[in-house]
Amino acid sequence: MKKYFLGIDLGSTTSKAVIVNEKDEIIGRGITNTRANYTVATEIARLEAIYNARFSLLKLKLEDEIQSKPEYKKYIEDVESVFQYLQFKKRLDRLNVQFKDTIATTFENELRDIVAKHVENIVKTIGPIIHDDFLYGNLGSKNQFFRDIVSEHFNKEIGKLDKALFEPLMLVYDKSITSVENELTEFNFKELVFQALEILHDKYQNLEETIAENQSIEFDTEMNLLKGNFKNVHDSIKEHIMFVANMDIHIANMVGTGYGRALLPFPEKCIKSEILCHAFGAHAVFPNTKTVLDIGGQDTKAIQVDSHGLVTSFHMNDRCAAGCGRYLGYIADEFSISLNELGPLALEAKSEVNICSTCTVFAAAEIRELLNVGQKRSDILAGLHRAIVMRAMSLLARSGGVRNEFTFTGGVARNQAVLKYVSELVHKNYGDDIIINIHPDSIFMGALGGAMFARRSHVE
Amino acid sequence: MSKDIAKEKSMIIQKEMISRLFKDLSTAKETGKKVVYTFVPGNISELILSFGMLPVYPEINALQSGMRKKSADFIRDAEKIGHSEDVCTYVKCDVGMMINGNIGPNGEKIPEPDLFLLSYTGCFTFMKWFETLKRLYPDVPVALLHTPYQENHKVTPEMTAYMVKQLKEEVIPKMEKVSGNKYDEEKLKACLRNSSKVEDYIMKIFDTTKNVPSPIDAYFAGVYYIGPINNGFRGSDEAVNYYHELYNEILERVNLGLGPITPEGVMEKERFRLVVEGPPNWTHFREFWKLFYDMGAVIVASSYTKVGGVYDMGFRVNPEKPLESLAEYCMNCYTNLNLEQRVELLSKCITDYKADGFLVNSIKSCNSFSAGQLMIMQQLERQLEIPVGFIESDLVDPRYFSYSNIKNRLESFFQMLDQRKMY
Repeated sequence: MKKYFLGIDLGSTTSKAVIVNEKDEIIGRGITNTRANYTVATEIARLEAIYNARFSLLKLKLEDEIQSKPEYKKYIEDVESVFQYLQFKKRLDRLNVQFKDTIATTFENELRDIVAKHVENIVKTIGPIIHDDFLYGNLGSKNQFFRDIVSEHFNKEIGKLDKALFEPLMLVYDKSITSVENELTEFNFKELVFQALEILHDKYQNLEETIAENQSIEFDTEMNLLKGNFKNVHDSIKEHIMFVANMDIHIANMVGTGYGRALLPFPEKCIKSEILCHAFGAHAVFPNTKTVLDIGGQDTKAIQVDSHGLVTSFHMNDRCAAGCGRYLGYIADEFSISLNELGPLALEAKSEVNICSTCTVFAAAEIRELLNVGQKRSDILAGLHRAIVMRAMSLLARSGGVRNEFTFTGGVARNQAVLKYVSELVHKNYGDDIIINIHPDSIFMGALGGAMFARRSHVE
Repeated sequence: MSKDIAKEKSMIIQKEMISRLFKDLSTAKETGKKVVYTFVPGNISELILSFGMLPVYPEINALQSGMRKKSADFIRDAEKIGHSEDVCTYVKCDVGMMINGNIGPNGEKIPEPDLFLLSYTGCFTFMKWFETLKRLYPDVPVALLHTPYQENHKVTPEMTAYMVKQLKEEVIPKMEKVSGNKYDEEKLKACLRNSSKVEDYIMKIFDTTKNVPSPIDAYFAGVYYIGPINNGFRGSDEAVNYYHELYNEILERVNLGLGPITPEGVMEKERFRLVVEGPPNWTHFREFWKLFYDMGAVIVASSYTKVGGVYDMGFRVNPEKPLESLAEYCMNCYTNLNLEQRVELLSKCITDYKADGFLVNSIKSCNSFSAGQLMIMQQLERQLEIPVGFIESDLVDPRYFSYSNIKNRLESFFQMLDQRKMY
């Protein structure tokens, strides 16, 4: 039986899981932003990584078909996307029930009826929009959390209503979302994947009508290839799906890391420091890495590694977490936008406003003042992004500077504006020859390092 | 680890010595003994003793207050009267203790000073500290002994002459006036003969960490070992007796192949050998120590145990040249060494004591230690290819000891050492 290895990274903001095979190749990733206890977070991330692993194994199994026939690739991606939608839908239904409970216990009389009616309308409106985003857009590949997806649409709908409704409706949302997010919802992979196949069957069956409504689909080559051919693709893939759905993904060993690692019910040798895991993961993906910068939810780490990926020294922020992921979350709240919108907005800047405050709370006050004097949101955000990268640069300097090659990891590495300033300032301070590595899976580096340690200690 | 630890004879001797000193201090006004406030680095206590006066060390009082969980209130009171958050917490703790009646660690009042002996070695805060105390005790004279910094890597004859001149023209006349006794060089020489013996013992004691396992922890237990020489007993017969006893006890441990004693008994398995730079945190001293011994980490050398004198590079007082010796002793204190000399010294410790790693405990409010620590760390990392670590805490302000942050970094550091041992 093939062996797989699991790494769990329990961060301050998100929990991540990575499954690797015996060659250290990533075959499954899972991530959650639940603020529930770490046991729930671990389980959510682990299950998601296992679902993801089944799809990876399916793609590996059908590697030849995928390469020769683009419609196979498209079809599998679609199955995965619909599979994600079905998980999302189950949570949304659960959220709807929670909304009703919250409304019943929070409001009385006429206000209760008004709020209930509006919430019902919002759910009715956003449900189909999100359905289409998953089925016809590429929402599934965006790695967005349940909370982010729902809040974006929920906020938009509230914005269309009378201002007096803002507070009661937001109250319902805030009181309901966390408990749903913190619940461990178990899904039956096989059931969901076959349900996904049925939905896809309908989608392609009715594609002519959909295309008539949505011009952009007409130019999608892969989708056009599938249009007349989906039944064949479906039939030939079905048995493979059945195979991976029944497969026993045998986790031979696991290692936990991150802030919550001490709480994991793992033996001592299976608990590793996140410094070692991040460095090991980053080094595995980019073997020439000498310096790693990791910006996570509440800490920034500057790590120096040797040619084997072993840590020689590290520095972390102490006493203050300004400039980390949580800081960005707070700033996004101040601007009433989602975390994902921060970077793109900052990149629209025509100039950078100088932000003096490195303290999160003071920065918020400074932002309000700057908005009052008419500074543009994008320019302020550009200044903010620059300010936090300056903090990271100081930490890098304290740790011994940037050595070639430099790998940037952690959740904040997903932010394009942060990337822009990191590249700019690293090159400016340490020379244009420095190679900067960033991987789309940068947020998973700690969990990857953990999974790799799990494999090694199993072998030993 | 065995839970029952018998108190070693040297521990009992030290306890008696310290308690006798505080007793003498608390009765100084009745016995007519004069009291000199001075600092540990560059403490020329032999001179004080030769005049029959008693020394008081404000840093020792502050760290004792920290260990006894009294520093938070003292610091708060000092801040109330205007000392900023950034001021050295030893100073604030000391000021707080004084404005609260100057009650010492034994619960008895520490007498007011008759003289401030301001010999400062590398720490400029000492000047401001005594300026502040001078405001509290405006009638007390100050004898200033300026110790030239070893900027150019060495002590020159001119530097020694400069200090001897100050001793002759500034310090000794003021001591004569305050004590009412004439300077007696023979008495000073006798004290220095004792110091010389003690310096030899101290070096031999800290050299026992060459053994594997190390019989002592040169940081957490080391701060107790340097207690008598830094706290009133430089140059005394009692100090010679104490260090003789301590050395023999440690040799016994070496013969038995025993590891260091911790608050929870003998550390049975030595996993990591470290050299530590920077003072310890005093408010959470036991918790801080436990983070190390629980991991099997023993400190084989520390710069902090050298604040009261550095003997590793061969310096010993010469009783035949008493004033020159006092001058050279002051100039050779750890915080008076330039940064390259500190790197050299630490590098020697890492090599001689076969350390696996180097750790800095950076103190938020201590400039004399913290300045240059990153440079020291990076140079040692580069020169010796040794794993290095960096943590932050404070001397006696409990607000700056973040247990979980320190634990998190230490765990990473120890795992890093472990990993390096495997490959």
